[in-house]
Amino acid sequence: MSYFSEIINGTKTLLTGMRITGKYFFVNLFTRRDVITQQYPDNIDTLEMFDRFKGEITLFHNENNEHKCDACTLCEKACPNGSLEVLGDKAKDPETGKNKRFLVKHIYHLEMCTMCGLCIEACPQDALEWGQDFHHVEYDRSKLTKVLNKPGSKIIPGLKG
Amino acid sequence: MILNIFTDIHELLLGLMSEEAAHILELVLIAAGYLGIFAILGLLLVWLERRVAGFFQLRLGPNRVGPMGLFQTIADALKLVSKELTGTVKADMQLYKLAPYFVITTALMSLALIPFSYEIHAFDINIGLFFLTSVSSIGVIGIFLAGWASNNKYSLIGGMRTGIQMISYELSVGMSIVTMVVLAGTLQISEIVEIQKDGWLIFKGHIPALIAFMVFMIAGTAESNRTPFDLVEAESELGAGFHTEYSGMNFAYYFLAEFVNLFIISSVAVVLFFGGWLSPFGITDSIPFAGLFWFGIKVVGVIFIFMWFRWTFPRFRIDQLLTLEWKYLLPINIVNIVLMALMVWLGLTF
Repeated sequence: MSYFSEIINGTKTLLTGMRITGKYFFVNLFTRRDVITQQYPDNIDTLEMFDRFKGEITLFHNENNEHKCDACTLCEKACPNGSLEVLGDKAKDPETGKNKRFLVKHIYHLEMCTMCGLCIEACPQDALEWGQDFHHVEYDRSKLTKVLNKPGSKIIPGLKG
Repeated sequence: MILNIFTDIHELLLGLMSEEAAHILELVLIAAGYLGIFAILGLLLVWLERRVAGFFQLRLGPNRVGPMGLFQTIADALKLVSKELTGTVKADMQLYKLAPYFVITTALMSLALIPFSYEIHAFDINIGLFFLTSVSSIGVIGIFLAGWASNNKYSLIGGMRTGIQMISYELSVGMSIVTMVVLAGTLQISEIVEIQKDGWLIFKGHIPALIAFMVFMIAGTAESNRTPFDLVEAESELGAGFHTEYSGMNFAYYFLAEFVNLFIISSVAVVLFFGGWLSPFGITDSIPFAGLFWFGIKVVGVIFIFMWFRWTFPRFRIDQLLTLEWKYLLPINIVNIVLMALMVWLGLTF
């Protein structure tokens, strides 16, 4: 008797599969609701990349033009192909009177970066993060070397160094 | 109206040359017309397949070349025409070059039997369905030769699988056709359509016709080598199967013939179960192109079901394929024929 129940059961499961794919088909035929395809050059103005997309390395700045980097150079050491250069300096802290490092220039060589993300993992302050912009094409290679800290930016005051 | 055009051409040719020459020229013209239908159908169906596949997989499919991507397949075909025809050194060159023509010729020959409408029906003989099944089974030789002559292990395995699959499933297609022939009482395609003027055969034969339809759809998928029965060219195991060594137009012949075979299988399903070019509402003869329109709609519907199968079900293993045919479809079919014969005998059909 299992012969007949197998036929009926098999037909039922096949129809279940067809119902699922059929739903995909008709929903996308009429509404394009679930279509994943991005028609890239057309939607360049409205395109929003996903949060986890690895476009470039950026240095987080808050609204007061302050970042979290204290120039410890751990990211520079973590980078396997030397695409980060952290230039720091020391100055007397007016509150405590001790010498303290501060960031002068965070130089990022995009042309050497492989987007491995080791610098982001290495950063103890969570100062570096992924940026989603991927329009990096330039006619001149030197334009790919960027300074990550914005001009006049400082470390967030009170952040543990 | 179409008939008028045909008679006009006929009289024009008679005025220009002798009757025999005109007859031969007309045959050539019809053949050229069918070659055109072959190419257009193939390209259109490839486009349809890719578009439908896109929607099934949450993509868009080809939508750049021409309106809705309609010219994409034409561009692809032009690319294939311009490519070099390559072959392996150790291939059996004569057979290797001959093989694609078996496939297209049989597809074209079966196409001649398809009733596109009351007027457009090139070859209407009294053993139409029998002729159709026997001709379309010759197509296997083309695939078989391709697999053998390529001198490539993947091609050979693909060709051998074709032999197994086609011989098995042709039985089921034939049996389900026989079931419907028992109900229709004729093998002539135009008469089968004519019988359905007061109701489609799938309604007339109710349960046995429904079973025959399901079996026909399953076996038809296998006959046209489509997923879930595409063991012949199983990409993940065999490269491209029997046409691994083919390039350019020789490859395109197989590709087009595959889709034309899909069209033929769907047309046979439409003729046998859904009333051919008859309108579902009974007003068939009043509008000139209505037959063509209804036939097209029905065939696209059946083709869509085949595509639905293709983009839903995973591929069978070869032993599962044979189990399905010999242990399930064939016994069901034999019982079904007896059931249908009993129903016709007792007058239980509508």
